[in-house]
Amino acid sequence: MSSVLVNAPRSARRGDVIEIKTLILHPMESGFRAGANGTLIPRDIIERFTCAYNGVEVFRLALSPAIAANPFIAFSTVATETGTLVLRWTGDNGFAVEETLSIAVE
Amino acid sequence: MTSRRDVLKATAMAAGAALAPRLATAQASGARVIVVGGGFAGATCARWLKRLDARLSVTLVEANDTFIACPFSNGVIAGLRTLEQQRFGYAALGREGVALIFSAATAIDPGGRSVTLADGQRLACDRLVLAPGIAINWGALPGYTPQAAERLPHAWQAGAQTLLLRRQLEAMPDGGVVIMSAPANPFRCPPGPYERASLIAHYLKANKPKSKLILLDAKDAFSKQRLFQSAWTTLYPGLIEWVGLSAGGKVTSVDAASSTLITDFARHTAAVANVIPPQKAARIAELAGVADRTGWCPVEPMSFESTLQPGVHVIGDAAIMGAMPKSAFAANAQAKVCAAAIIARLGGRTPPEPRLINTCYSLVAPDYGISIAGVYRPANGRLADIPGAGGVSPLDADGAVRAQEAQLAEGWFRTITAEVFG
Repeated sequence: MSSVLVNAPRSARRGDVIEIKTLILHPMESGFRAGANGTLIPRDIIERFTCAYNGVEVFRLALSPAIAANPFIAFSTVATETGTLVLRWTGDNGFAVEETLSIAVE
Repeated sequence: MTSRRDVLKATAMAAGAALAPRLATAQASGARVIVVGGGFAGATCARWLKRLDARLSVTLVEANDTFIACPFSNGVIAGLRTLEQQRFGYAALGREGVALIFSAATAIDPGGRSVTLADGQRLACDRLVLAPGIAINWGALPGYTPQAAERLPHAWQAGAQTLLLRRQLEAMPDGGVVIMSAPANPFRCPPGPYERASLIAHYLKANKPKSKLILLDAKDAFSKQRLFQSAWTTLYPGLIEWVGLSAGGKVTSVDAASSTLITDFARHTAAVANVIPPQKAARIAELAGVADRTGWCPVEPMSFESTLQPGVHVIGDAAIMGAMPKSAFAANAQAKVCAAAIIARLGGRTPPEPRLINTCYSLVAPDYGISIAGVYRPANGRLADIPGAGGVSPLDADGAVRAQEAQLAEGWFRTITAEVFG
């Protein structure tokens, strides 16, 4: 099973507002919890999510330790031209996941 | 820091103190207690109030003259039992001196001083117990309406809905896909959706071997999960597909016309769909002002008196019972504690601190039972689990143990229904 779920339209009319929904598997360990031996479990979170539409950033989200595991992110943008949407999640310990979607705009 | 709850509690205590002399007088001539709702919680409470103090005037107000039990109703859906075996009457309560009124309660006075019935009659009382059970939270799942439930049954209130789902499964062609959805917590009978999936799978395996079942879940963890999933691997390999929250399992809307359950990431069209929707306390709890914004009823953990409406006790599935799940056995245990606490209060005594037990059996197949038990006590204003006091079936038990637990489950049902209605 992929670690990412994405739901976005494959096609749209120019000017349509399109919704993009994502869910990524990630523990979002806050860094504030004590482990079994009493020491803090090191922070391990996704810090940043971006969406680039044909190379132009159209959405950016800064995530914090207060966000629960497996973040669900939904946002909307305007369908302007045929091309690709690149979704990118980056965070602690070199975490980086990228998904590329294509969209046909008429 | 003083919370709103503390203020309400202080108010509740002040009101209780003010009423004490009047209630003591009332008791001398037999205080009047009304119990609204005749399920496992309400019927138990009415019966035990009368047993613990025969001088009490106890009235049970219930809309139906026959109770249809939810525990074991998954067996009806799977064709293992008849609905008749789920029906119980109130004659035994009547013989023990509980006054029975078969009418819906339509209004409750503030402070629980009276109950209004469907015909407009008002019954006055000194103490009120609400045990109304659940209502489907229509509106919480877009597209799921009472009309939609005639096509996509919930079968989460036993009766016509149970039989509807049974008929749909029988009529389904071999190869049809059954899709179930389970809600986020809290809801009635936490292991119920998984027992149901198991028993439907049992039916499919024997009768519709090309069919499969998909269970879409708004949670990533559920009651007795490892036991269920291990049993599914053994008994129903490839038949049950469980899709948890993090795999996109949360159903966000339904389309009844096409029998489609819609998540944020996919559309699942079913041959038979069973939507177990979000729930809340039954309507009378809202009307009585004992339900909070969650839709459920906050209570203090010693006598289950509402923290919102002093004088009104709430027990069973409608109440927020902390760590204690919404189950028939829990309702039965809460009802006894509530009855004893009411009698203590009426006599001017402080109720003793209770210990409550819940046991819950689930059938994965007719000869394969698993169980969980918990023990609870009041702590910090809520019922808390006593660590180490409960337990679950062992994960590595053999078939004989599972068969024995299935037998124990049958005994559990016979015992609790005999105690409450027999």
